[in-house]
Amino acid sequence: MRSRWLMFAITFIAILYFYMRDSLVTTSVIGTAITFGLPLAMAAMVGIMCERTGIVNIGIEGTLLVSSFVGFFTASASGNLILGLISAVAMGAISGLLLSLLAVTWKMDQIIAGTIINILATGLTSFFYKQGHTIPSTFPEVDIPGLSSIPFFGPVLFMHGPLTYAGIILIFVLWVALYKTPWGLRSRAVGEHPSSADTAGVSVIKLRYLNVAIAGAFGGLAGAYLTLELVGSWDRGFSAGKGFTALALMIFGRWNPIGALGAAIFFGTAQAVTNQLMITQVVTIPQQFTNMLPYVLTILILAISAGKVRAPAAEGQPYEKEQA
Amino acid sequence: MSALLELTNITKTYPGVIANENISLSVTKGEIVALLGENGAGKSTLVKAVFGLVRPDSGEIRIKGDLISAGDTAAAIEHGVGMVHQHFQLVPVMSVTENIILGDEPRKGIFIDKKKAREEVVALSKRYGLEVDPDAIVEDLPVGMQQRIEILKALRKDVDLLILDEPTAVLTPQEIEELLGVIKNLASAGVGVLFITHKLREVMAVADRVVVLRNGKTAGATTPKETNEEGLAQLMVGRNVVLQVDKSDAVKQGIVLSIRDLQANDDRKHTAVDGFSLDVHAGEIMGIAGVEGNGQRELVEAICGMRPRLMGSVLVDGLETPDMQPHKVHRMGISHIPEDREKHGLVASYSIEDNLVLNQFDQPPFANGWIRNSNALEQNANTLVEEFDIRTPSIKTTAGALSGGNKQKVVVARELSQNTKVVVAAQPTRGVDVGSIEFIHKQLVSARDHGAAVLLVSAELDEILSLSDRIAVMFGGKIVAILDGKDADRAKIGRMMAGLAS
Repeated sequence: MRSRWLMFAITFIAILYFYMRDSLVTTSVIGTAITFGLPLAMAAMVGIMCERTGIVNIGIEGTLLVSSFVGFFTASASGNLILGLISAVAMGAISGLLLSLLAVTWKMDQIIAGTIINILATGLTSFFYKQGHTIPSTFPEVDIPGLSSIPFFGPVLFMHGPLTYAGIILIFVLWVALYKTPWGLRSRAVGEHPSSADTAGVSVIKLRYLNVAIAGAFGGLAGAYLTLELVGSWDRGFSAGKGFTALALMIFGRWNPIGALGAAIFFGTAQAVTNQLMITQVVTIPQQFTNMLPYVLTILILAISAGKVRAPAAEGQPYEKEQA
Repeated sequence: MSALLELTNITKTYPGVIANENISLSVTKGEIVALLGENGAGKSTLVKAVFGLVRPDSGEIRIKGDLISAGDTAAAIEHGVGMVHQHFQLVPVMSVTENIILGDEPRKGIFIDKKKAREEVVALSKRYGLEVDPDAIVEDLPVGMQQRIEILKALRKDVDLLILDEPTAVLTPQEIEELLGVIKNLASAGVGVLFITHKLREVMAVADRVVVLRNGKTAGATTPKETNEEGLAQLMVGRNVVLQVDKSDAVKQGIVLSIRDLQANDDRKHTAVDGFSLDVHAGEIMGIAGVEGNGQRELVEAICGMRPRLMGSVLVDGLETPDMQPHKVHRMGISHIPEDREKHGLVASYSIEDNLVLNQFDQPPFANGWIRNSNALEQNANTLVEEFDIRTPSIKTTAGALSGGNKQKVVVARELSQNTKVVVAAQPTRGVDVGSIEFIHKQLVSARDHGAAVLLVSAELDEILSLSDRIAVMFGGKIVAILDGKDADRAKIGRMMAGLAS
């Protein structure tokens, strides 16, 4: 706990210092950090929801890929962003249900089930991909009246597209739901010790299905955000490993939504700062090295948290009722 | 008076095994019925069927006259059935309150009403006189306390029928007394209790009626007044059983195993063995008594080179054994009958023949250089199967296919047939039927008589008392006292095991 507060304090002081030196650049860097970090945070929520109920989901990458694909091409074909969003979320939920079918019903090894989703997503999207499609626009930025004119916090937090707000709000909703509602208590019990939940009359199978499907829908939202709000296009391998990075952030955030959000923003900040340094040519290192940054950071994060965090105890184990 | 619970002709089969065959049983209000039987007699399957955790193939379950459909846990709970499971059904990382309310949480809107939940737990624990700290995290609590939470959990929904599945297996003698008191109180308050155990003493102490199961069938029904412990044991096993181990006085020789200031951690890196010193002589059985979780497991593993020794040493005949090298420790003369035979005792997918030479497969006569000697292997296996009464279709059968008792006999045969200087036996009869227990006990005594130093670790106080020549009581990773086996007093040891007296 103390190290976390220390991290907060250092971050705060650092931001304050840079803000005093150059308010414009600092604001833009932190704003970018949120833009970079949010899709990772949302993807990490997929992992948290699944693993909290005991299902390891390494198919987040596939969910992001396939849902952004479907979202983009639906929006492109129909010219309607909302339709694109809905189809992306639905596709995400479907990928979640597929994982449930493989891992919960068929009790397949969950790592393999996730890998299947990733391979399917890569294969299908590459096969159906056609070049030259565009969408009319991305989701426009919505400035929250009043709040957006606060210095620093306004541009950083309140000048984003609708999916950004939705994502941030949903992360807090998930956090509250996980720790304050019966659903959350039951979900965590299922992830820690499923037979206790079962003997207390909670259906392990139903809850796992439900949560993995909702998590998939969440991943669909993240996919929609990436293509329909952030980038505005789609290309092969579009998700670029974000689903795997998200797993690292989930672990770093100790399977806690707020923790993972913090980790994601830290991650986004590192990337935003590097970008800024490159653009202003303060440092000149080959671009290949800066492109490596997310992956190097992921490895570092995992190395730091390894052994110090405790995963949900029943993670990865199919539930066998009669052995209870 | 109509029966609270009425079971008629319950049958449940698993592939190759009949767990329950046409079992009928009833419990009325305020009655304590003990369900007695050996491991594998089908007791757990039967009560799980009542609670809807197991779906019987045929038969009828009626609670308060209502027919309950098979495999319907919710219906059982609704009809006032509460169950305390053999393996605690508690979420270790959650608080006592959270565990008790799980599945039926008091709500305020869409949120859990934490205040009300806590009050409910406090009221519940007052009502039944079972004190608990509602905010404690379950994994930090001792097992006796965890069981109390299990019972409260079961009682929360105004139960009329309480099922307890081997509730005393992990408790200290004092905790057992306390639990039996609680059971009696509940019964006098009108709760029907169905109580599973294989401990005869407990049955005699509290039961109004006893139903004995053997091999999935009802072997008999009686009352404690009409019978005694021997009679019950006979019903359980189907033949005469010698409850007392027959042994001569120990012929103590020189010190063979000596443990000096041993220190080791448990898996969570907390000190488990804390400066443990003990000498064991050739020709004696030294029993370690203690409630599980007081460092016995870590002690055994540290001795056998399976867990790092943080400090101290283990000497065999004055020579120091290496740390963390189980194979070398074994070569120096320490045999090990591990607590968890499935994990450390056997390779389930190997044949019995191979399992019988697991720690000497590369030694002559079982191997000549790099080549295994199949004749020697077969001969060894045939001899041991015969000598140790391992019931198996063939020596080529995989160990995983054997019953618990026979698996254990394979381990015992392998370890004792090598005539090592030291035998470390951890829970050697856990999960083993009464017949095999008798046999394994005899083998341990015979190893002693052949001059081995036997270190016996067991959570069953009866086992320690009947086998040991000397008894070391272990509490909190240390030895509290060493007593002579002959004049050891059960109650006194019980208090020491709980850390109360010295």
